[in-house]
Amino acid sequence: MSNNRRNFLKQTAAYGATAALGPGLWASAARAESEIDVGVLFSLTGGLSIVEQSLADATLMAIDEINAAGGVMGKKLNPIVEDGASDARTFNERASKLVLRDRVPTVFGCYTSASRKAVLPIFERRNNMLFYPTYYEGFECSKNVVYTGAVPNQQLSNYIPWIINTLGKKKFFIVGSNYIYPREMAKVSKILIEQNGGEWVADEYLELGHSEWGAMVSRIKSSGCDVVLSNVVGDSVIAFYREFRNQGLTHDQLPICATVTSEIEIAAMGAEVAAGSFTSFPYFQAIDTTANNDFVERYRRFVDDSSAVTQHALECSYFQVYLWKQAVEKAGEVTPDAIREGIKGQTFDAPNGKVTVDGENLHTFLTPRIAQWGGNGQGEIIDEYPEPIKPLPYVAYGETDGDLFCSAAGLDSSRL
Amino acid sequence: MFEVLFIGLSLTSVLLLIALGLSITYGAMGVINMAHGELVMIGAYTAVLAGIHLGFNIFLSLPLAFVIAALVGLLIERVVIRRLYGRIIDTLLATWGVAIILQQLIRLEFGLTFFGISIEGLGPGLQNMRVPTFMMEPFDLMGLSIQPYRTFILCVTILLTALTWYLVYRTAIGVQVRAIMRNPQMAAACGIDVRRVSALTFAYGSGLAGVAGVLLAGFRTVMPDMGATVVVDGFLVVVVGGVGSLLGTILSSALLGQINGIVSVFSNDIIARAVVFGVVIAIILWRPRGLFSFKSR
Repeated sequence: MSNNRRNFLKQTAAYGATAALGPGLWASAARAESEIDVGVLFSLTGGLSIVEQSLADATLMAIDEINAAGGVMGKKLNPIVEDGASDARTFNERASKLVLRDRVPTVFGCYTSASRKAVLPIFERRNNMLFYPTYYEGFECSKNVVYTGAVPNQQLSNYIPWIINTLGKKKFFIVGSNYIYPREMAKVSKILIEQNGGEWVADEYLELGHSEWGAMVSRIKSSGCDVVLSNVVGDSVIAFYREFRNQGLTHDQLPICATVTSEIEIAAMGAEVAAGSFTSFPYFQAIDTTANNDFVERYRRFVDDSSAVTQHALECSYFQVYLWKQAVEKAGEVTPDAIREGIKGQTFDAPNGKVTVDGENLHTFLTPRIAQWGGNGQGEIIDEYPEPIKPLPYVAYGETDGDLFCSAAGLDSSRL
Repeated sequence: MFEVLFIGLSLTSVLLLIALGLSITYGAMGVINMAHGELVMIGAYTAVLAGIHLGFNIFLSLPLAFVIAALVGLLIERVVIRRLYGRIIDTLLATWGVAIILQQLIRLEFGLTFFGISIEGLGPGLQNMRVPTFMMEPFDLMGLSIQPYRTFILCVTILLTALTWYLVYRTAIGVQVRAIMRNPQMAAACGIDVRRVSALTFAYGSGLAGVAGVLLAGFRTVMPDMGATVVVDGFLVVVVGGVGSLLGTILSSALLGQINGIVSVFSNDIIARAVVFGVVIAIILWRPRGLFSFKSR
């Protein structure tokens, strides 16, 4: 064990030294081969594998499709798949391996913020690129990450006004799992609630994985709120919706409006429990366009499961590979620096519609949508923005369209 | 106020349900059964699978889960625990290993995934058990809102506790179990078949865990690692109540359940959890052997 570890450290140091020689090395390493190696890093084992396996599948499907259509600049993509094992430290080790030993120019991967934060130093120190497909809390501005999932303003800026104006609900009970994503979401929500003339009566948190919701739901009942804004994550979601129903609350009178509850959680809790509640995401499986129906069909064929569900992060995992392909073709070479320059302003017709990578903060323009869950486990899209909106990772701290904190020059930390 | 007490009562019943089986295996046999949570999980999966493939509702699943969990318990006793009696730390490690094996069996669908076969209701994903609609709609009784499912859990717990009390204190086999609890060598000298009685006791405790699993499946998420948190709660109750004391187990789950319920309603769940742990530490400092314990000879 200790011997392995020592060898690993030695190798890491050796590769680190060669990598430090300069960017020219990347080009020669890539040119020598007829294939382009890319890293795919998700948890294939452990508690998070339920979701992350499907993200890895979507990534591999996109790579397969690209290879079948002739590859990138005539070269086939060769995915090197690593297992993060639902553990931030393993993510860090696997990312080091991909960047230092395999010398891939890009890694597609990571689902949780914890895993992204764990691998971020590697990508920044070695000047490599990570394509990150998950909706997340914002508050990050790295020139080594392309963020293709939603940031808080893309899930909330249409949602809160819609709840207040269309649903006519004004008193919010905010509830979430106790970590950074729900807390940042709550911060943005409060700004938007106050701007739109609503009020929030409580802002409560439960630890991740908590499954005893009796007391919390009873507090919701007696709080006098008329809508629940849920940022609850993971398996607690299921226990929450069930307890909500058990205590006699209905989504007609007191709807749960969620930001994280996707097709996966709905299927796991039993669709009848969630029927009538709402979720805001840029993508739902129920988007009824030829492009999306076709995508769902292909995904099901790819994983050989005729009832597989697709959801927001999965769709991002898929289309970000295409964005990457376009970036490489535009740049004409497969180096991290070239990819970063090439990706700026790239546009792709994803299953959810048009997506564009912002040239300033490397986040992605997405179209916010609101869906109401039906008894069949699918959302019905009842509201959507006319066009994709600009990603603002620092919206909780006052960032606006015309006043960016995170730009191509880096983060303006004096503003925080 | 009734609502607050009811939440506490409902937490109590869940704790007691989990701890009941544990207090028997731990108390009677001196086995720290880390796989107890996994037996709960097996009960929950039995309900999920029976619901999907056999069309069983919760009432039919309860006895089925008892039988299946008891059989699994018997198997664990025969294969592993039997060889480790009197080696308490070894049982801890061995049953932990058993727990991991059981989790993986569910996750890998008993190895069938390697052959490309997949069974609905197994695998690493999240599952749920359907609860009949009439058990989900609360009704009013004398101005109080009654939640049928929680009340049902409460009733089953009371029944099982009464049954366990009867078995341990009013039957011939119960006398033997209590004799073994006090002093296994002396019990054996008096002609009690210690191995057989121990195996049956372990199976019974495991069966109780299975029943707990079915009831938990109705309002919690069913997944392969659901047992891990369950077993911690169970041990808290048993240690506070005093090893081998049924009364102690009942009172300590009532104490911890009510403290948890009241604090979580008036402040929040995270503080409630901290307060519960604080109380547990204080009690163990004050009475290292738990609230009710007898001197073993």
